[in-house]
Amino acid sequence: MQHDYFPRYEPKTAVGRWFDDRLPLTRLMYDSFVAYPVPRNLNYFYTFGGILSIMLVVQIVTGVVLAMHYVPHEDFAFDSIEHIMRNVNYGWLLRYIHSNGASMFFLAVYIHIFRGLYFGSYKAPREILWILGVVIFLLMMATAFMGYVLPWGQMSFWGATVITNLFSAIPLVGESVVTWLWGGFAVGQPTLNRFYSLHYLLPFMIAGVVALHVWALHVTGQTNPTGIEVKSKQDVVPFTPHATIKDAFAMTLFLILFAWFVFYLPNYLGHADNYQKADPLVTPAHIVPEWYLLPFYAILRAVPSKLFGVVLMFGSIAVLFILPWLDTSRVRSANYRPLYRQFFWIFVVVCIGLGYLGAKPAEGGYVVAARILTIYYFAHFFLILPLLGLFENPRPRPASIADSVLGPADQPSGAPAAAGGVAAPETRG
Amino acid sequence: MTRTTTADLGADAPDAETEATRRDFLLIATGAFAAVGTAAAVWPFIHQMNPDASALALSSIEVDISSIEEGQAITVMWQGKPVSIRYRSAAEMEEARATPVDDLADPLARNDNLDATAPANDENRSVPGREQWLIMLKVCTHLGCIPLDEAGEFGGWFCPCHGSHYDTAGRIRIGPAPENMAIPPFEFLDETLVRIG
Repeated sequence: MQHDYFPRYEPKTAVGRWFDDRLPLTRLMYDSFVAYPVPRNLNYFYTFGGILSIMLVVQIVTGVVLAMHYVPHEDFAFDSIEHIMRNVNYGWLLRYIHSNGASMFFLAVYIHIFRGLYFGSYKAPREILWILGVVIFLLMMATAFMGYVLPWGQMSFWGATVITNLFSAIPLVGESVVTWLWGGFAVGQPTLNRFYSLHYLLPFMIAGVVALHVWALHVTGQTNPTGIEVKSKQDVVPFTPHATIKDAFAMTLFLILFAWFVFYLPNYLGHADNYQKADPLVTPAHIVPEWYLLPFYAILRAVPSKLFGVVLMFGSIAVLFILPWLDTSRVRSANYRPLYRQFFWIFVVVCIGLGYLGAKPAEGGYVVAARILTIYYFAHFFLILPLLGLFENPRPRPASIADSVLGPADQPSGAPAAAGGVAAPETRG
Repeated sequence: MTRTTTADLGADAPDAETEATRRDFLLIATGAFAAVGTAAAVWPFIHQMNPDASALALSSIEVDISSIEEGQAITVMWQGKPVSIRYRSAAEMEEARATPVDDLADPLARNDNLDATAPANDENRSVPGREQWLIMLKVCTHLGCIPLDEAGEFGGWFCPCHGSHYDTAGRIRIGPAPENMAIPPFEFLDETLVRIG
């Protein structure tokens, strides 16, 4: 957001000026995270971007040190995990932080995504920002999947087998693609070795896309619960201290939850089967992915055709890319969309329902339920969202963000200097 | 080498805007060369992920089947995948033979020892004279899980991952799997020795 609401960076020392003339890095940081204006009405759902950045750092730091002890070999990988757990100093802590960190990362990203869905954060002019977010989400899933393979337990091995076999559904070249992914004729040593390499690489790609995501965010500015753009200085507060402190407080609460899992329920979100070493001859009776992939797994299993199931599973994520153009409503925030608000919550329940069904065996009533919910999932995007924009009667929105927080500033008597009366330096649509 | 300026082109070639010039040719040739060069440079980075020489070298195994009694099966590893060698009982074969090919979800035999278009009747799932032996990749054709033996609605195999049912000839009957389980290339070296691969 181009702004002059708050004083920009001014080097205070000669050294600061010297540096600023040569590499304005401090200026970039100051203008992005101190003087940067944020809407004054942001609620706690807007703190998850910051939480996610911290989670990425936590995962990279713990991952780099775990890599110092882990051995990416089919004969030693499983034992090296136990070696980390038992022999390496604080290895148990680092591994539990890393494995539960993945779950916390996804918990935060799902809240972040649903916040975007509720407040219409994907709408113009934030389509690129949203699409970059979906790219990050995809990279996160790939990273998490490959990370889950590394311990080389039964779930690792068979999860890897099932997920890589998804690509065999591609007509004509499917088998060759799967052989190429495996580096052999089944999941084995070459697969484990390359997954390790890519698992190390992808987080840094995520970091790169996060930089683009934040850049795009700072071009358009944040949305806010009213969905109205910032119009004047009254609508905003400087990032520091306001957003910084709010983000830090939310982060602290989130880290308490994280610590609770790490210290009290470190294996609650995992599967006991993964403490059995990978056995290519025995498939566990019940293969399930980690909880954060369950809704997509349910969609895959709901379809009785292999190719179509795979297409729908990937489609359930791909649809997010075109979401900005499927939602025809001009009103961003669900707070002013009485119908969308109800459909939003139905959609949340449907996603949780799919997650529940993804963890259940693929038989009987579970399959039928999964089919109904899968149909609803896609109907939400392709039927409900386009139609709602045409038929819904949105509620009146406040004139500005400041109005929504402080009450209408201008009474009919219309004192021009009321509440500061700062003229907007520019008018935003 | 002399440089051709726009003015020169204008003077020498009145149709310079519509006619292909030497510069156009050079640009296209350079672009094409760069594209081919890029593809050639990328290929080693892609191909390194394909099975290496050591993986390809493990292409065949020999198995002694003398200890398998009727109704029993063993599982051996071939190319990192389990191969089921099953001495089928008369009842199992009868059941498989009674099934018309039209009832099958996948009408092809998927037998590497036969033509790719061979129909999936029971005879085509084994080799002539040794129909009691079903030698098959015990890998579900859906997403690669290992099905359970003597399970499912057709008494053949049942895949616990996503619920595919196979009959006693390893043919897909119900479920998301698209194909019958594959028959690898194999050969009986004598009465009790079979080579797979």
